[in-house]
Amino acid sequence: MNETYHLHVNGTRYEVADAWLGESLLYVLRERLGLYAAKGACEQGECGSCSVLVDGELVCSCLVLAASAVDVPITTVEGLAEPGSPTDVQRAFVDAGAVQCGFCTPGLVMAAHALLERNPNPTETQIREELSGNLCRCTGYGRLVAAVQQVAVERGRRSS
Amino acid sequence: MGVLVPSTLDDAVAALREHPDALVLAGGTDLMVEINEHVRRLRGDETVVAVGRIGELRTWSHDPATGTVRLGAGVTYAELARPPLADLLPALAEAARTVGSPQIRNAATIGGNLGTCSPAGDGLPVLTALDATVELRGPAGERTLPVRDFMTGVKRTALAPGELITAVTVPVLDGWQGYAKVGVRNAMVIAICSACLAVDTPSRSVRLALGSVAPTVIRAEEAEAFAADAVDWDAGTVDDAIATRFGELAAAASRPIDDHRASAAYRRHAVAVLARRLLRRAFPER
Repeated sequence: MNETYHLHVNGTRYEVADAWLGESLLYVLRERLGLYAAKGACEQGECGSCSVLVDGELVCSCLVLAASAVDVPITTVEGLAEPGSPTDVQRAFVDAGAVQCGFCTPGLVMAAHALLERNPNPTETQIREELSGNLCRCTGYGRLVAAVQQVAVERGRRSS
Repeated sequence: MGVLVPSTLDDAVAALREHPDALVLAGGTDLMVEINEHVRRLRGDETVVAVGRIGELRTWSHDPATGTVRLGAGVTYAELARPPLADLLPALAEAARTVGSPQIRNAATIGGNLGTCSPAGDGLPVLTALDATVELRGPAGERTLPVRDFMTGVKRTALAPGELITAVTVPVLDGWQGYAKVGVRNAMVIAICSACLAVDTPSRSVRLALGSVAPTVIRAEEAEAFAADAVDWDAGTVDDAIATRFGELAAAASRPIDDHRASAAYRRHAVAVLARRLLRRAFPER
């Protein structure tokens, strides 16, 4: 197929040409746009390692038809901050020991950002529920929860 | 292969008129899984009509005069799980919270749940218990069907070629309502059996819809009639024996199969437990 379409990713307009129109957004991000942060594992929306924001909402990019995600802002981990200047969520993940093999990390960083946008002061149960779409095989989740709590406290201190 | 992304409902209907066999794509949580798993191979000449950008499909309204909520087919499970929709339709909110993950709920739509029409679809027992009606629009115009007539078999619906689900209208009942499901784990799981119980206090009636125990979601009419008669409506209570019998009648109404997730015997047992539990939640012990 040689239909051309355009995606708006991290504020940049990308042209996607000569692509099979059935490709998922995950595939296009990684294989055509060189944005490798989103990871492919289950391709069923169960593991969350492919999580990105589409039109401000946290979704699994493996379940988004890339050719249908035109005309909406898409944000990946690469778009959260400039290289070398990690976000407070990313720093907290490192500080809390929540980054081990790193495979789940991009998806979890997106999920943590989305969670804190919606709920700046989440309880532990709320954190676990909002991160329930992201699997981690290394950390046992405790450090992930601690990282999110750390950010919530820091942001609370900054704004008070 | 073509992907069309209409921005209005009229454009979508026109696209489907031209391509009546087109795949309709909303949240992608069913269709994209099939495409990724190569269960559904897209042929070179196939068309996908992506309806996720149509604002009209993502709206909802509450009409206090008729006591109904009209949900656009594109309303997501995430929206159903939060106020204000959660306050208007609490059983649907409860069902919505059991669907997948936050990522899935942000994308998955009530229209998609209807269109896929799996007997395990979490929204469907609630829509069935509440006697929702489904609005369709196609080349022949608009029509409305009770949800029970819309669901015709396992992943089969009354949709005609070129027709699109546009909305579902759900009555707001006055009474307790809830949803429960059993799965092989505590989250992110398909129902191996599910149930919605809704009480309509003014009419002193109880509705019970069961999922994953028949080719479509079903109502357990004998159980409903029994409860209407046996509940102590003045006191708002129910005896243990009545709750148990209610569960037995729910199990008797179900026609489950053995599959790789559960046996028919277990499903029948689990349905009885869910029905009894839901009735107990609606009506405390005397």
